[in-house]
Amino acid sequence: MNQVLHALFAPGFFASDRVHAALVVGAVVALVTGAVGVFTVIRGQAFAGHALGEVGSAGGSAAFLGGANPLWGFMGIAIVAAGLIELLGLHRPRARDVATGLVLGAGLGLAALFLYLDATSSSTTGVTVTILFGSLFAVSQQMLPSIVALSVVSLLVMAVCYRMLLLSSLSSDLAAARGVPVRAIGIAYLVIMAVAVSLAAETIGAILATALVVGPPATALRLTKRPGGALVVAGLIGVAAVWLGIVLAYDSYYWPPAGHGWPVSFFVVALVFLFYLAAGALTGIAQARRRRRWETAPRLAASGCAEHPGAAV
Amino acid sequence: MNVPAPDPSTDDAILNVDGISVWLAGREVLHDVRFRIMPGEFTGLIGSNGAGKTTLFRVILGLQTSSTGSVLVGGRPLTRRNPIIGYVPQKIFLDPDMPLRARDVVALGLDGHRLGVPLGWGRRRKAVDSMLDAVDARRFADARVGNLSGGEQQRVLIAHALISRPRLLLLDEPLANLDIGAEGEVVALLARIAREQRIAVFISAHDVNPLLPVMDRLVYVAAGKTASGTTAEVIRPEVLSALYGQHVDVLRVHGRILVVAGAEGPSGVTFEETEGAAVGPDIVSLR
Repeated sequence: MNQVLHALFAPGFFASDRVHAALVVGAVVALVTGAVGVFTVIRGQAFAGHALGEVGSAGGSAAFLGGANPLWGFMGIAIVAAGLIELLGLHRPRARDVATGLVLGAGLGLAALFLYLDATSSSTTGVTVTILFGSLFAVSQQMLPSIVALSVVSLLVMAVCYRMLLLSSLSSDLAAARGVPVRAIGIAYLVIMAVAVSLAAETIGAILATALVVGPPATALRLTKRPGGALVVAGLIGVAAVWLGIVLAYDSYYWPPAGHGWPVSFFVVALVFLFYLAAGALTGIAQARRRRRWETAPRLAASGCAEHPGAAV
Repeated sequence: MNVPAPDPSTDDAILNVDGISVWLAGREVLHDVRFRIMPGEFTGLIGSNGAGKTTLFRVILGLQTSSTGSVLVGGRPLTRRNPIIGYVPQKIFLDPDMPLRARDVVALGLDGHRLGVPLGWGRRRKAVDSMLDAVDARRFADARVGNLSGGEQQRVLIAHALISRPRLLLLDEPLANLDIGAEGEVVALLARIAREQRIAVFISAHDVNPLLPVMDRLVYVAAGKTASGTTAEVIRPEVLSALYGQHVDVLRVHGRILVVAGAEGPSGVTFEETEGAAVGPDIVSLR
């Protein structure tokens, strides 16, 4: 047992402050992105979510240039971008996609500029990788309270809007007829999504943020049919992916090329994808079994085998 | 001090639509629409696609303002949210991925417009179960709505609309995309609801025939104009020809009604295009 633990957790794993911080940040962010992301998936806003993450790279790199933590940059620009998408793409889904694409392009253009300035001013090449692909072990300890507070606020807003969001995701006509302020709820949701995506960008990078926002929720939707259950399961799947990713990244220090750990983000995103495939396989097996049971049941009755199966034992 | 006595027939009406006209994008979509619906009455809103049925519903729901006229619901002017009205919108696309069981959709009818997370599980569950029983949907209560058939989804949406105890139920084309068997079941269910719970049912359809056995009255829409009354009063060549602005024949075959455009009728009515809003009378039923 001890040997298994030793094989799984490389020496020093539990003693490292950086690991502790990464575990806490990773878990909190995964819970938020899981809950928020379920609505991203069922409202068909995965593209908007992805765009908010990538656009965030412009803010993150600008914040770095100004000496602030990238999180504030990610979030500031993601919220602005969410507002622009809403303004440009009023109501019509197609106009919305075009608006999202336009905002995404403009944001990435800015990111190209700021990342170039970052690299020339600081003469460190690491910043580009950190902004775009994240480095969970490098999240500063001082950011912990802010990240936890933002996460709690996001979850609270989600809880307050939960039923209205669910009803307007089912049908905006139906919600409007019931007096739900559909537009306001939609905007509030975009802002929450911007915050969640920014938290994910801080954790696994601006470009990969979408993996945490869309992956675990899509997996959860395969596993559960209850709305509340989907939010919880998505959060837990996210936590599992992030924690396991942290463990593997820590272990990878001893993998080739020795002395350089592999990026955490790689492991997290790979695990998210594997979980999604595994959930698909699981539901496929369950469905096949149900179908087989359904097909064999009437045949038993027809052949006169009316006795309870347990009676023979 | 001479207060005119209120007209009792108007006062009792659950829905009183009085001279509504609606302009959308510079086009008059509805013109001087007027009719009344009494409690427990089963009324059809008949017209082809684009005739203005959904717009009329949106006006009644307070989602669309009319340029003239007034609407009274339960004797009161319209508000943004009217608990007296239950609504089943036209073709909701329910993805199989949607994490909603039939019972969740019905529960949203109870409190989906509220802030916060639901409390009072036991009471909520009991209300939802009895409503699922009322529409004969208990056996698929725990299935994902996205996996249900069209007829089953309609039942769930009807339960969603009914659980808040409305007095007027609006249904926008609930029979579209249903096979004939499911169509008959949904109509029978709605007729039972109207009769037993005295809920006025106002249902839009492009085909009048499935509703013939249960309909008390109908409102016929064509090119934004309406005629209302009983089937015998409205579905007549003179009335429909005047609505369409074109000669129309009404054929009755084996108890079914076919409304057919005649190129140039014996009455000599000629076709005039109205504001580009002309909706030709296509064959209303071909079954």
